Amino acid sequence: MSMVLFDVPGPKARVRHKIMAVIGIAAALAGVAYVVMRFVATDQFTARRLDWINYKQIQLSLVEAIGNTLSAFAVGAVLALAFGAIFAAARLSDHAWVRTPAAVIVEIFRAIPLVIMMFFFYYGLPSAGIKLSAFTAVVVSLMLYNGSVLAEIFRAGINSLPKGQSEAAYALGMRKTQVMTFVLLPQALRAMMPTIISQLVVLLKDTALGFLITFEELLRWGTRIGGDAVNFGRPMISVMIVVALIYIGLCLLLTWFANYLEKRNRRNKKVIHTDGDAAGQVQLGNASTAVPGGVTV
Amino acid sequence: MSVLTNNLELFLRLFGQTLQLFAISAVLSLVLGTLLAALRVSPVPVFRGIGATYVTVLRNTPLTLVFVFFLFAYPLLEILRIEPYTAAVVALTLYTAAFVCEVVRSGINTVPVGQAEASRALGLTFTQMLGNVVLPQALRSVVPPMTSTMIALLKNTTVASGFAVPQAGSIRDALSEQGDNVLFGLIWVAIGFVVLVMPLTYVQQVFEKRWSVAR
Repeated sequence: MSMVLFDVPGPKARVRHKIMAVIGIAAALAGVAYVVMRFVATDQFTARRLDWINYKQIQLSLVEAIGNTLSAFAVGAVLALAFGAIFAAARLSDHAWVRTPAAVIVEIFRAIPLVIMMFFFYYGLPSAGIKLSAFTAVVVSLMLYNGSVLAEIFRAGINSLPKGQSEAAYALGMRKTQVMTFVLLPQALRAMMPTIISQLVVLLKDTALGFLITFEELLRWGTRIGGDAVNFGRPMISVMIVVALIYIGLCLLLTWFANYLEKRNRRNKKVIHTDGDAAGQVQLGNASTAVPGGVTV
Repeated sequence: MSVLTNNLELFLRLFGQTLQLFAISAVLSLVLGTLLAALRVSPVPVFRGIGATYVTVLRNTPLTLVFVFFLFAYPLLEILRIEPYTAAVVALTLYTAAFVCEVVRSGINTVPVGQAEASRALGLTFTQMLGNVVLPQALRSVVPPMTSTMIALLKNTTVASGFAVPQAGSIRDALSEQGDNVLFGLIWVAIGFVVLVMPLTYVQQVFEKRWSVAR
């Protein structure tokens, strides 16, 4: 915890903290108890409303929905990483005619809401005679948006390396490509890895926007089963709790992986300690999971 | 071009709605986020736990799911009837507050402990220490990422278009009902957002350059 704001507590303060802790626990429990009470009072957890779990058909469709979410995530992530790498390279180019258009494209795609992009590809393009499936529209939008953010992360990561690294490499007579691939990228990638992964968490969460353009992913499955008033009496609450737990579980798994990499990095002596924040700062630009310094919770 | 000029009134009205939705949720999430950050840096472990749980849950849930919860699931609990517009504000506020909380908290954490210790050693009172030493430094590292969070909130308001809450994202519905060209309409919406976001990004960069403190 931050000790900036407080002195080390004395005996009086410790008693006060204990009293506040009791009040805090009581308030939290009261809040949870009220919600549970409402669940019970409105019969959210009756046998009929939980019955959907027992149907094999529904279980299979849940697996399929998770599969759709994950495949949109996987394809989107790969494409976004490729897009990010290409545009980061273009933005770091020595030629202004490559650098400037790349910068404009990246900035524009970072400024357009993902929803509008998905609408554009799914509802807009058919009027120009191009028909894309919901999956393609989701994946292409994820690629353009997250790819642009990743391009900025890559660029910031490479720029945050000490100048001496590239200067020394040039002094050894390496070419531009060699400097990039042998000296800068390996170091930058290590430093950026946690930030890149938390951007992938954002990408995973953003697949849920496919809900708005009728892409059959996890959330859409949830609203379909949850809205079934005929068979299960609208079990929206229980279904949404399950869906939320699945999303949180998947995201925490990725976050845990990012933290693991960060810890492993810290032990690795090869890592150059940069001012570090650069890549983390970029990422906040889309309300991602990162905070300055790439710390994730 | 004709899509824009023929529907100028529609575009202006709905972008106005976007800004309104943004302004209300921004103020509310700043307040709630700061309160949560206060919980997260408090000396009482239980408060820190509550704050951390809230942030973990909300940050790992897709915003769309929060929307679905408040518009489709919450009414079933029959607690308090709320309009779709209010539900959208609540969803945006609760979601963004988690990010605001993290920005504020990490801003406070960037101030080295030595600063506070030195002020105490100099005999500054708690208020003097906070007002003259800690907060001015924390504020500098908070403003740029906070601007980013607010830009994200502005863009996130479009999620409401899936839930019949009128804002810029609903322009598509209106245009396709009139039989207008949706493609060009959406391009204009995108341009609208670029125009709204670019100045904010610029302000952010200015602050970042001017306020970057060498430590």
